[in-house]
Amino acid sequence: MQSTYQSWGNFPKVSQRIRSIPWRKKPLLLPETPDTVLAHGLGRSYGDVCLNNNGILLTTRKLNRFIQFDVDEGVLRCEAGVSLAEILALCVPQGWFLPVTPGTQFVTIGGAIANDVHGKNHHCAGTFGRHVLQFELLRSDGERLLCTPTSNEPYYAATIGGLGLTGLITWAEIKLKRISHRAMQVESIQFSQLDEFFELSQQSDQDYDYTVAWLDCNNSQALGRGIFFRGNHVAADEIPKDWKLPRFNRLPPLLRTMPINLPGFVLNRWTISAFNTFYYKKTRQSQLIDYQPFFYPLDAILEWKRLYGKNGFLQYQFVIPDHRMLKEILQKIVASGLGSFLAVLKTFGELASPGLLSFPRPGVTLALDFPIKGAVTFELLAQLDEKVREMGGAVYPCKDARLSARHFQAFYPQWTKFAEYIDPRFSSSFWRRVTETPLCVKS
Amino acid sequence: MRKILIIGATSAIAQETAKLFAEKHDALFLVGRDVDKLEAITADLKVRGAHQVAYYTLDLNEFDQHEPMLEQAYKSLEGLDTVLIAYGTLDDQKACEQDFAQAEQALRTNFMSVVSLLTPIANRLEKQHYGCIAVISSVAGDRGRQSNYVYAAAKGGLSLFLQGLRSRLHSANVCVLTIKPGFVDTPMTTNFKKGALWAQPETVARGIFRAIKWRRNVIYLPWFWRFIMMVIRLIPEPLFKRMKL
Repeated sequence: MQSTYQSWGNFPKVSQRIRSIPWRKKPLLLPETPDTVLAHGLGRSYGDVCLNNNGILLTTRKLNRFIQFDVDEGVLRCEAGVSLAEILALCVPQGWFLPVTPGTQFVTIGGAIANDVHGKNHHCAGTFGRHVLQFELLRSDGERLLCTPTSNEPYYAATIGGLGLTGLITWAEIKLKRISHRAMQVESIQFSQLDEFFELSQQSDQDYDYTVAWLDCNNSQALGRGIFFRGNHVAADEIPKDWKLPRFNRLPPLLRTMPINLPGFVLNRWTISAFNTFYYKKTRQSQLIDYQPFFYPLDAILEWKRLYGKNGFLQYQFVIPDHRMLKEILQKIVASGLGSFLAVLKTFGELASPGLLSFPRPGVTLALDFPIKGAVTFELLAQLDEKVREMGGAVYPCKDARLSARHFQAFYPQWTKFAEYIDPRFSSSFWRRVTETPLCVKS
Repeated sequence: MRKILIIGATSAIAQETAKLFAEKHDALFLVGRDVDKLEAITADLKVRGAHQVAYYTLDLNEFDQHEPMLEQAYKSLEGLDTVLIAYGTLDDQKACEQDFAQAEQALRTNFMSVVSLLTPIANRLEKQHYGCIAVISSVAGDRGRQSNYVYAAAKGGLSLFLQGLRSRLHSANVCVLTIKPGFVDTPMTTNFKKGALWAQPETVARGIFRAIKWRRNVIYLPWFWRFIMMVIRLIPEPLFKRMKL
């Protein structure tokens, strides 16, 4: 069946056949043709790591069963297509939380492993991959590898952050984090320049499990202003009795869905600037909020990608080891006037990931959205790639749709070692682009 | 806590409905053909909170195995109050037209085998004076169309059977629910082009769950199919036979 599966950024537009994988114990039964395949969960990757132009997508959303949940130890085993939202719905009422969560809960656990995602607690918990105890990797030749830190170790390391190229993850087991209540104690602090951010970040990393900042990238007069958020889970006995769940989360999904693609002109320099100023001026102190709006503010508006119109958008996330160089990049972005709606700033910690091709590394990371305004957008990002390379940083594949092979290979020199573990039948649009290999496997 | 028997438990709609029961801590007895699939579903339902889950493998075309299965279900659940029958095949109409053996198989699976199951189930529930029987029929059974009239005949026959059974069991305080889903995005319909009328199995499952709770008689899922089928039934036969439906 031909399909119109796209990724979250709505770019690039591709065409691929779909094959649903509903049962984990059944063989893959790949077609005789040399077409390549790629696992696809909820398609929340922004660019093309989850796409396989002219190939086959193995959709894993029907692999959404739990297998075992040890409530005493907090060890959960489930199929690869289970979403983080489904895990939270099961675990939070029983006093457990995801060890690491990205900014959306609408990703599958297979996708979280394949992109080795990180969250607001990277400075104390590292990446998602650090909490994966074991998983099963189904290779195209039918072999099933049980991967743990001690068995099939090379495949364990290659698959964590391996962009789905090493085979199909059928199930995985993760270690959860103990919580006693779903609420979070959150503080938001304004800062007016980057140095203040780094100071806040350094102070907070000790005492707060979760830290992140929002940064205004639009206003050249106020470069480096933003809001720093820090939070912790709260003990149940610290919760006032009249505390209630926020009302918005209880609305039915239809009322929370962005219904149409907004026309491209709605988000322009002035509206975004106005939004940023409004957001900055909105002062808040310490407050008790539910974990949902703290971790997933954008999940409240389903299909929010439609804000950017039908042309779609690019997200750009990079890490650089030396935070003093961040200003230079920021100035370049502000000068371009290509406007980023949302800019998220965080310092990564020292904890290393078991993943061979993982993105996070010590330093400071910034993530920004760029509505696609044609060649100028791509040109700017290419220039940023070059800056990031000079500074010894890297760009996040999970969010990328346009990185050149040269830059990818500079950011991830270990890619040749990683390539030894790629399943010969698996490929992706992303991988072909950044390694410049032809479409089909060689017979 | 309900004691629920699900026949055809590996179908997409049955799986989604079973999850809703599991979240309510009901006890479940699953019947299907494939051990691997039943095992996967059983584990999932246990994690989701089911009070107990057991499974039983059976090819439902073996009619003489129906009674022993039911016996086992009663033993395992220590009683029975809800039955969901959720299996079926969507056979190739063209093949059924050419070959009676194919048509017979379609009728056996979609109609005869359900009657064979319902006979002992109805008798037991009638005797115990409580319970609910929910059976998945289809909107296709509301009118015979040239594109799938063998399937329609089986489902239409099933709907009529259930109508009569409902009336018979009413005085015994047993409800009989006829579920008529429209187009549902399941493995049974993998090869169909999907459009705006298609529903996800989760949506249909929620409808079934509610209908069982409220002891409804006939439900269309999603709801708008009631009106679509009303219009289709109203088309006069002289006109209908000329339509390429």
